[in-house]
Amino acid sequence: MIRDITIGQYYPTNSIVHRLDPRVKIMCTLFYLISLFLFKSVLGYVLCTAFLFTVIKVSKVPFKFITKGLKPIVILLMITVIFNLFLTNQGKLLVSFWVFKITDEGLRTAVYMAIRLIYLIVGSSLMTLTTTPNELTDGIERLLKPFNKIKMPVHEIAMMMSIALRFIPILLEETDKIMKAQIARGADLENGNLIQKAKNMIPILVPLFVSAFRRANDLAMAMEARCYRGGEGRTKMKPLIYQKRDYVTYAATILYIVVMVLVGRYISFRVWIF
Amino acid sequence: MSMIKTNHLVFEYDKLDETGNVVGKYRAIDDVNLNIEEGQFVAILGHNGSGKSTLAKHINAILTSTEGTMWVDGKDTKDLDKLWEIRQSAGMVFQNPDNQIIGTVVEEDVGFGPENLGVPTEEIWNRVDKSLHAVGMEEYRHHSPNKLSGGQKQRVAIAGVIAMCPKCIVLDEPTAMLDPIGRKEVLRTVEELRKKEKVTVILITHYMEEVIGADRVFVMEQGHVVMDGTPREIFSQVEELKKYRLDVPQVTMLAYELRKKGVKLPKDILKTEELVEALCRLN
Repeated sequence: MIRDITIGQYYPTNSIVHRLDPRVKIMCTLFYLISLFLFKSVLGYVLCTAFLFTVIKVSKVPFKFITKGLKPIVILLMITVIFNLFLTNQGKLLVSFWVFKITDEGLRTAVYMAIRLIYLIVGSSLMTLTTTPNELTDGIERLLKPFNKIKMPVHEIAMMMSIALRFIPILLEETDKIMKAQIARGADLENGNLIQKAKNMIPILVPLFVSAFRRANDLAMAMEARCYRGGEGRTKMKPLIYQKRDYVTYAATILYIVVMVLVGRYISFRVWIF
Repeated sequence: MSMIKTNHLVFEYDKLDETGNVVGKYRAIDDVNLNIEEGQFVAILGHNGSGKSTLAKHINAILTSTEGTMWVDGKDTKDLDKLWEIRQSAGMVFQNPDNQIIGTVVEEDVGFGPENLGVPTEEIWNRVDKSLHAVGMEEYRHHSPNKLSGGQKQRVAIAGVIAMCPKCIVLDEPTAMLDPIGRKEVLRTVEELRKKEKVTVILITHYMEEVIGADRVFVMEQGHVVMDGTPREIFSQVEELKKYRLDVPQVTMLAYELRKKGVKLPKDILKTEELVEALCRLN
């Protein structure tokens, strides 16, 4: 059923990674993503692989779940690999047929690029797998707090995000209902070309928008009735407080990034294994 | 002490034609004088468009009167400095259970009100625990509100209001969108709250069965309060209620029909047992 769709892809278990402060997870993921582009040596790949797999192991998220997140980018991955493979002209020629030439340099870039992309996706989906959307919103709110000084409505943005998360399943259900109602009245949603199909969506989108506005109006009234008046003077039921494990994680990540910078800076030998 | 008092309350809004021009005024509330005592259970009955919801929104200062005055817990609702105090002392539960739950987890939604009031974190947790206990929803505290039934959602909404420690709870047709089971659930919760927490309850509804337990009933029609009394006094006037397109409880209706046919029954029967007893006494 349409209402069972969960937003984000949170995998609930009880691990240290799950219990970490969301701010730590966001920042460390960011650091990790940057670190992927700091090196060129094999040692760098070994280190970032080791780091990633250690975190996966500690997080207790099954490997199957993580690879699931890779499915949507398979095509992107293929395109990257193919372009890198055939359009690199430097290096020793390995194979050549018709107009295509595969060089060792091209092969290397293709493989390394694929690894980087995969790690990029796995790294960031590991964060969403271990953090609930709520925590994520809270974390973003706290991390962006300094931007309040330049008049950025940080609290409002976070509030909008969490309300959106709350209403996605409701609106999905509503879409389902409206679709059925329109089909019952003879609306044809299946046939026709692309333009016709898009046109057929109008009788679904218009009532959906009207209803969304009505809901928004009701919700705003309910929020005001419960004394909501923006972020000022508001306390938190679940305030974010750094624990010892959060500091340790920060330290470990910083150590990792320093090592990666050093590796990228001083170790430039390339070992080519095949 | 009087919890809610109104003095010649009037609320008008602009009537618009299709192109959005003002063509006149519509009086949703017309010269209403009420006095609701602290701790009372008051029901406001009325047909659609009778102005009962508009009146409810005045109690929470979502709307303010065009003319006349309303005092909630001694504070004038037009006084902007006291707006938040008024909203804290008069909590409101709305009709649509989906559109009033803000949190993505039950306990977070209950904590929303106290968070807005600036209550310290520990105290928020105390209040959330207490409120969830009061409505019997403790076991669902970590659930997503989307997975709850309509009745459960309304109970969460009620818990969210209680967590703000209000003196008065206004329920604006809280059962209109629920199935019979959900309706019973919500009414039982309200009943228990009234006994335990001793808050003033104002229930707005068009279901007659729900108002039998009330201390006082107001019937509204076209912005006026047309009837005012105990449920017994109100329901004994079947003819009058029919005039306002309201139904009386089935038992009362049966007794009324029997009496019309010449059976000697008292006028103020509200419950099945009362009718049975009265019928037995006939022979």
